[in-house]
Amino acid sequence: MIRFSKYIWLYVVLSALVLVPGIYSLIRNGFHQSIDFAGGTLIEYRTDKPVPLAVVTAAAEAAGVHMVSLQQSQGDSFLVRMKQEPKEKIAVLTEEIEGRASVSAAIMRNETVGPTLGAELLSKALFAAILAISAILAYVAYAFKNIRFGVAAIIALVHDLFVVLGIFSLLGYYLGVEVDTLFVTAFLTTMSFSVHDTIVVFDRIREYMKRDRSRPFEEITDMALTETMNRSLTNSFTIIFMLVALVLMGGETTKWFVVALLIGTVSGTYSSPFVATPVLLLWHRWEKRRSLRK
Amino acid sequence: MFRNPRRVLILLFLLTAVFAVVDLPENYRVKFSLFGRTVDRIINPPTLRLFGWTKEIKTSLGLDLAGGSHVVLEADMKDIKASDRVTALESAKEVIDRRVNFFGVSEPVVQTAISENSYRIIVELPGVNDVDRAISLIGQTALLDFREFTDPDEATTGAFVVPMLTNTKSVGLTGRDLSRASMQFSPQTGEPEVQLEFNGDGGKKFADATTRLVGKPIAIFLDEVPLTSPVVQTPILDGKAVITGTFTQEAARTLALQLNAGALPVPVHPVEQRTVEATLGAESVAKSITAGAIGLGFVAIFMILQYGRLGLIADMALVLYGLLSFGVFRLFNITLTLPGIAGFLLSIGMAVDSNILIFERYKEELHAGKPWNIAMEQAFGKAWDSIRDANFTTIITSLILYNPGNWNMLPSSGLVRGFAATLLIGVLMSLFTGIVATRTLIRVFYKEKRV
Repeated sequence: MIRFSKYIWLYVVLSALVLVPGIYSLIRNGFHQSIDFAGGTLIEYRTDKPVPLAVVTAAAEAAGVHMVSLQQSQGDSFLVRMKQEPKEKIAVLTEEIEGRASVSAAIMRNETVGPTLGAELLSKALFAAILAISAILAYVAYAFKNIRFGVAAIIALVHDLFVVLGIFSLLGYYLGVEVDTLFVTAFLTTMSFSVHDTIVVFDRIREYMKRDRSRPFEEITDMALTETMNRSLTNSFTIIFMLVALVLMGGETTKWFVVALLIGTVSGTYSSPFVATPVLLLWHRWEKRRSLRK
Repeated sequence: MFRNPRRVLILLFLLTAVFAVVDLPENYRVKFSLFGRTVDRIINPPTLRLFGWTKEIKTSLGLDLAGGSHVVLEADMKDIKASDRVTALESAKEVIDRRVNFFGVSEPVVQTAISENSYRIIVELPGVNDVDRAISLIGQTALLDFREFTDPDEATTGAFVVPMLTNTKSVGLTGRDLSRASMQFSPQTGEPEVQLEFNGDGGKKFADATTRLVGKPIAIFLDEVPLTSPVVQTPILDGKAVITGTFTQEAARTLALQLNAGALPVPVHPVEQRTVEATLGAESVAKSITAGAIGLGFVAIFMILQYGRLGLIADMALVLYGLLSFGVFRLFNITLTLPGIAGFLLSIGMAVDSNILIFERYKEELHAGKPWNIAMEQAFGKAWDSIRDANFTTIITSLILYNPGNWNMLPSSGLVRGFAATLLIGVLMSLFTGIVATRTLIRVFYKEKRV
C-alpha cells in the first residue's frame, strides 16, 4: 500500500503549477476566439504550388481585406481568417493571391458567421454545462448516499475544467490556438470523463467503508487508491493512445479538439486520486475536528 | 436459455455475422483469383425489406465529410405580429424547401430553429459549393400573385391549359391582400380544404375579381410558379374563400403554408454559411480512418501485453464493439461528422475500460487466494457497480449534448450532435460488449491452469 494521503501538499503544488498560470492567462488574455464566437470569415485556400505567407498578407492588403490571422495548414493549404467580408472582396483576394504568386488557388472551405451567434452559443454551452453538472452531482450523491462524495467529485470536475480552459488560454496566447464550437464539446466531454474516473475510485472507497467501519479513513483511501492506480493508468493509456494517434494523423480541423480531449482525459485521471480523494479526506478531518471541539 | 454460455456464444456469433453484413463497405470492388477462378464484383451492403418497409443501408456523412453548404438564414420578423411569427417561419421554410427541390439537390435538409427572439431557417445542401448562388436563389422573399388567363378561350374550365406567366395576367391581387390561409375540414363533406381570408382592401379586390371571373379559374403563383388554379364558383363578397378539391390532408396543409408565405412575407438574410469542398472531406475521412486503425492497433497490443489471453478476449469483444457501433450508426441513420468519428474512436478507448476494471478485480481476487473461476465471476459482479455508475454520467452528458428534445437553451449544432450521438451509442454498445460478450467468451474459452 502506498501512503497517498501523506502527500496532499504535493498534489496541491502540482495542480497549482498548471492552474495558476492558466487562470492568470485566462483573466489577462482570455481566449483566442474563432469565428464561431467572434463572427467573421474563414477561407481555406489550396494552391498548386506553395505560396509564401508574406505574399498572402500583401494580397490581403491590396484587396482591402481585414485579415485577422493567417495560418499554414498541411501541404499547400492555408487558412485566412478575416472580419466578415462580402463575396466580392473574397473574389478580389483570390485574384490577388493568384496574380502575385502565379499559382491557381482553389477555395476548399468558406465559412462566414455573423456576430450575433457567438453570444448565443456561449450561453447555450454554459447552460448545458450547468445542467450536466447538477445532474451529475445529484446522481453521485444518490449513488453514494452521501453529498460529500458528490461535492468532492464536482470539485475535481471544476479543477479539470479550469485545467482545460487555462491551457487553451495559454495555447491561444502563444500559438494562436482558437476556441470554437468543437472546443465547447470537448469541454463538456471532459466533465463526463472526470466524473467517470472519480466514480471508479469512490466506488472502491465506498466498498472498504462498508467492509470495515473501524479502519481510519486515511487508510481506506490509501488502500483504494493503491488498488485502483493500475486500472487508472491502464485505462488512461488506452484512451491516450487513441487520442495521440488522432492528433498526429487526423485532420487539421479536429486537431485542437482532440488536444482538448487529451488534456481533459489526463487531468480527469489525475484529479480522481489527487483532487477528489484529498477533498474527501480533508472534509473528513475537518468534521472530526469539529466534533471533537464540541 | 441465456444461462448456458454456449448458447449465448452462438447468439453472439449470429449477431456478429449479421452486423458484419450490415457493415459491408459501399461500392467496394473485390477482385482476386482463387484456384484459377477470378472473382470480380462490387460489394454493397444489402437493402432491408420487412413487411413492405424497405431500408437502404448506407453511411450518412455530414457536410464536413461529404462536402456541401450549410446556411443559416435569419428571418426578419419586425413586420409580423408576434402571434403569427411561428406560422410565418413555417411558411418561409416551406417555400425554401420547394426552391431547394427545384434546385435539384439530393437529400437536402431544411429545418427551422427558434431561439429567444430569433427565427432561423437552417439549410443544408450536400454537394453544393456555390453558396452565394444558392443563397440568392433560396433567400428571396416569397411573392404570391393571383392571375387570370389573358385569352378568354383558355379560361374555360374544359380547356385544361396549364397556367404560365406568359398566358396569364395579374388580377391585381398579391400576397399583401391575403391575411392568412389555413387548412380545415369541410363542414359538409369532411374533406380537407384550404381557407383563404383576405384583409379589408384585399376582400374588396377579391370580390371584384370573383364577380368578373365566375366560372373561370384564378391561378395562384408563388415565385412565378403556379401553385393551384381553382375555378370561381360564385362571387365571394365577404373576403373569405375556400379552395376545395381532392386534397390529401398533407397537400392541403402544404398549400396553406405556401399561401401563407405570400400572406406573411418574411425577408431572410444569411447569418452563417459554411462550405466545404468534397475532396477536403474525403481527405479527412481517410486520415481519421488511418489514425483510428493505428490507435486501435496500439490499444489491442497494449491489452495483450497487460493481460495476456484475457487481453486477447477483450480485443475480440472490441472487434464486436466496432462492428455493432458502426452497424447502429447505419441502421439509425446517424450522420457521421468529423467530431463524430473522433467521438467514436474515443469511445473505443473507453470501451476497454470495463474490461480493465474487471481484469484488475480478477487479479485482486486471485491474490486473495480464491480459485480462478470463482475469482472471475466475483470480479464481474463487483466491477459492475462502478462500471454502471461511471457510464451513467457519460450517458447523462451525451444526452444533454445531443439535446433530443430540441430545447432552445441547449446547443443544437450539428457538429456537437454528431459527437454526442456517436459517444452515446458507443457507451451503450461498450456496456454490452464489455460485459455480456467478454463474460461469455471467458466462460466458454478461458481456463486457468492453476486450480
